[in-house]
Amino acid sequence: MILSSLFFYLFSAVAIGAAVMVVGSRNPVHSVLFLILAFFNAAGLFVLLGAEFLAMILVVVYVGAVAVLFLFVVMMLDVDFTELREGFLDYLPIGGMIGVILLVELLAVLAGWVFAPEVAATLPEPTPAIETTSNTAAIGAVLYTRYIYFFQVAGLILLVAMIGAIVLTLRHKANVKRQSIADQVARTPATAIEVRDVESGQGI
Amino acid sequence: MAVGLSHYLAVAAILFTIGVFGIFINRKNVIIILMSVELLLLAVNINLVAFSSFLGDLVGQIFAMLVLTVAAAEASIGLAILVVFYRNRGSIAVEDVNVMKG
Repeated sequence: MILSSLFFYLFSAVAIGAAVMVVGSRNPVHSVLFLILAFFNAAGLFVLLGAEFLAMILVVVYVGAVAVLFLFVVMMLDVDFTELREGFLDYLPIGGMIGVILLVELLAVLAGWVFAPEVAATLPEPTPAIETTSNTAAIGAVLYTRYIYFFQVAGLILLVAMIGAIVLTLRHKANVKRQSIADQVARTPATAIEVRDVESGQGI
Repeated sequence: MAVGLSHYLAVAAILFTIGVFGIFINRKNVIIILMSVELLLLAVNINLVAFSSFLGDLVGQIFAMLVLTVAAAEASIGLAILVVFYRNRGSIAVEDVNVMKG
């Protein structure tokens, strides 16, 4: 018990410190790397909460895909990032004020949270005991039955995002020769060949 | 001190605040703004999973997965728009974006 408390404080402290560095770092590459650190520690918090499957998904999806995508884009764009940081201090007072107000409000709302006693009787999908069903199996048993339509919509969202990203970034160069399938299929012997009557002894 | 639900909610609230703060102070850099949005979604995910765990209900984890899906889609589309914008204008400053209107 004491060990899990210790790890909770370790993970949350590192996650919050990394988040601060994401926002305040001078170099965007460092920002991305600190984002990866924050995600790893959030995955640690998920493991402490007993959601191992989501922790692994967080590492695979965020660290393996999203953060690497950010890293690619940061390195691909040749931008002068020091220029973009001008005005950093101008917005510090109002940003800090709004941040502090938001934090105080959130903590005031959430700090005294207790579940009503009758809630426990009306859970839609109670978590099965970890001794009988692992977290991953339990999520699968719920996700592929009652929430199958949500799952399908999630897949559709990813498909639309994939097609959208490809359509947005695909670039046709004007001076590159391309195959035109329609033209090739539409060729007939009449348009493809020409029969000439060549007199004997003459060239074409 | 035993770690309870309010501890996790406090961590999520702090992360959310840092995300909002990051959007405000990095007004020119779209990449950092996108990363701040990712932090906001991470904070929401921590909230969902914490409630799910302490209530003993699996639906919170299902919702967290759906939020994760939307976050991944949003990041890919956002970065694609950013790349196209950079190709057309040679800069990613947010202040240049209003040139596109009209």
